[in-house]
Amino acid sequence: MPHEAGLSFAASFAQALLDPARSTPADLTGPNGKAAGRRYDVYRNNVTVSLIDALAAIYPAVQRITGADFFRAMARPHVRSNPPTSPLLFEYGRYFPEFIAQYEHAQAMPWLPDVARIERAWLDAYHAADALPLSPGRLSAVTPDRLADLAFIPHPATRCLRSQYAAVTIFAANRDDAPVTRIDASRPEDTLITRPEFDVAVRRLPPDGAVFANHLISGRPLGEAAAAALEASSEFDIAANIAGLIEAGAFTSLASGDPT
Amino acid sequence: MSTVTKSTGPAAVPLRFATPIGGVAGTSFKPEHLPDILEAGPRRGFFEVHAENYMGAGGPSHRALEAIRRDHPLSLHGVCMSIGGPGPLDKAHLARFRGLVARYQPALVSEHLAWSTHETSFFNDLLPLPYTAATLACVCDHIDQVQEAIRRPLLLENPSTYVAFRQSSMSETDFIRTVAERTGCGLLLDVNNVFVSATNHGFSALEYLANFPLSQVGEIHLAGHAEQADDEGDLLLIDSHDGPVADAVWKLYEIVIQRRGAVPTLIEWDSKIPDWPVLQAEAAAAQTILDRHQSAMPVGDRHAA
Repeated sequence: MPHEAGLSFAASFAQALLDPARSTPADLTGPNGKAAGRRYDVYRNNVTVSLIDALAAIYPAVQRITGADFFRAMARPHVRSNPPTSPLLFEYGRYFPEFIAQYEHAQAMPWLPDVARIERAWLDAYHAADALPLSPGRLSAVTPDRLADLAFIPHPATRCLRSQYAAVTIFAANRDDAPVTRIDASRPEDTLITRPEFDVAVRRLPPDGAVFANHLISGRPLGEAAAAALEASSEFDIAANIAGLIEAGAFTSLASGDPT
Repeated sequence: MSTVTKSTGPAAVPLRFATPIGGVAGTSFKPEHLPDILEAGPRRGFFEVHAENYMGAGGPSHRALEAIRRDHPLSLHGVCMSIGGPGPLDKAHLARFRGLVARYQPALVSEHLAWSTHETSFFNDLLPLPYTAATLACVCDHIDQVQEAIRRPLLLENPSTYVAFRQSSMSETDFIRTVAERTGCGLLLDVNNVFVSATNHGFSALEYLANFPLSQVGEIHLAGHAEQADDEGDLLLIDSHDGPVADAVWKLYEIVIQRRGAVPTLIEWDSKIPDWPVLQAEAAAAQTILDRHQSAMPVGDRHAA
């Protein structure tokens, strides 16, 4: 709906909310002709602070790593340039990892964006649809000649992320208040996030497990996923990896070759 | 008898009015209180949740709400519908809201006389609107849409505000009364909001309440506020929901209950959230006032008053 007569108030009110350089909208006033400046600033403050708080709630490990002051200084320009487009705040902050990667003062922590990506994926898994995970017995009932063509339906909560850094170790060490010991950040790590029932589980995948997992999550058959993983490493353990994914609750069912 | 069927409209959601819950005091439901609440077992009262927090597809939030809802009446309080904004309602959001009403069958369903979304930006705050013929028509149209979607009356909450609009041509109470008359919606009277706005705009809270259509009130909110200063250095109250209800607000509340009779009353506490016993004690204080006036309310619990 374009602005009809008498309904332009929201446009001028909204325009200055996230831009402290703009002056108070001219149609606002306090009582008896009092000024509206500090009064309007209450809204500005509510919006900016509540959105920074929302990012802090989504990215607690990032905040713990940077400290609250650094985090809030980093989040402020992001919420101003990227306010939410959905009223569901648990959907907010998808562009924040990329923002962190570009943020001048975070360049000494090149692993920080990947830690943030794990946190964002964690929240997606938390709110994902409920589904029962695939029972491990289902795979053993498949005859060997059908295994290569077997595909899997991923659980709605399943996410697989790759990092050139020890992102999942750093994530896990900073999601609570326990003391953190020294971490070698330079070791590449891949992350599997699942929620087999109600608790989100975050795992570090074995080397090249992400190549295999991502093929299966995207619906490619087992034979193709195995070939890709073996191409990455001739020592890749297919049996252990598929068992690990199923045990983690990464899938809900078999897409084809289902024996039942 | 709580189900009424209607032959018109889509059949996906049954038209179901929850049994009126009468003059009971409730609290905001905060997930950190869940273990304490479940351990104590069913209690008199109700819980209110912000609808948007339960609009995810699945997961622990729904499990917690199901556990609460099993034993208690629920109040579903929408925060982000942007009823007071000039833009069209977000259809996807309205569908999610309708889905929650159908799934959890709340005793009370409410939203705000405010806006929070403009074009594509969501501001996560309850923003004010001018009171004019144009905004009145817009708000009524939005409430009609919501009520059509959920197929039951909505309770509309009076706002707390920090600024006024020069173009406003009617009082807030006239605006709200006309909205209720035109749409058939009920009202959620937030007594703390009345006190906050009265202080901020220099009007009498008692006069506001005298002009408020109390007979339409189906729920009351009580909350704490914080103090700041305006440009002139005068007191500016902030609707912060981060502490106990102020004495002056308790007094106004009792006046309202004397006139209106006992209606469901919520203690709203959304930040600096206290331990469960503290929140419960605040609700017990409201319940004491309600119980003094239970006879004035034709529906509700029967108990020693």
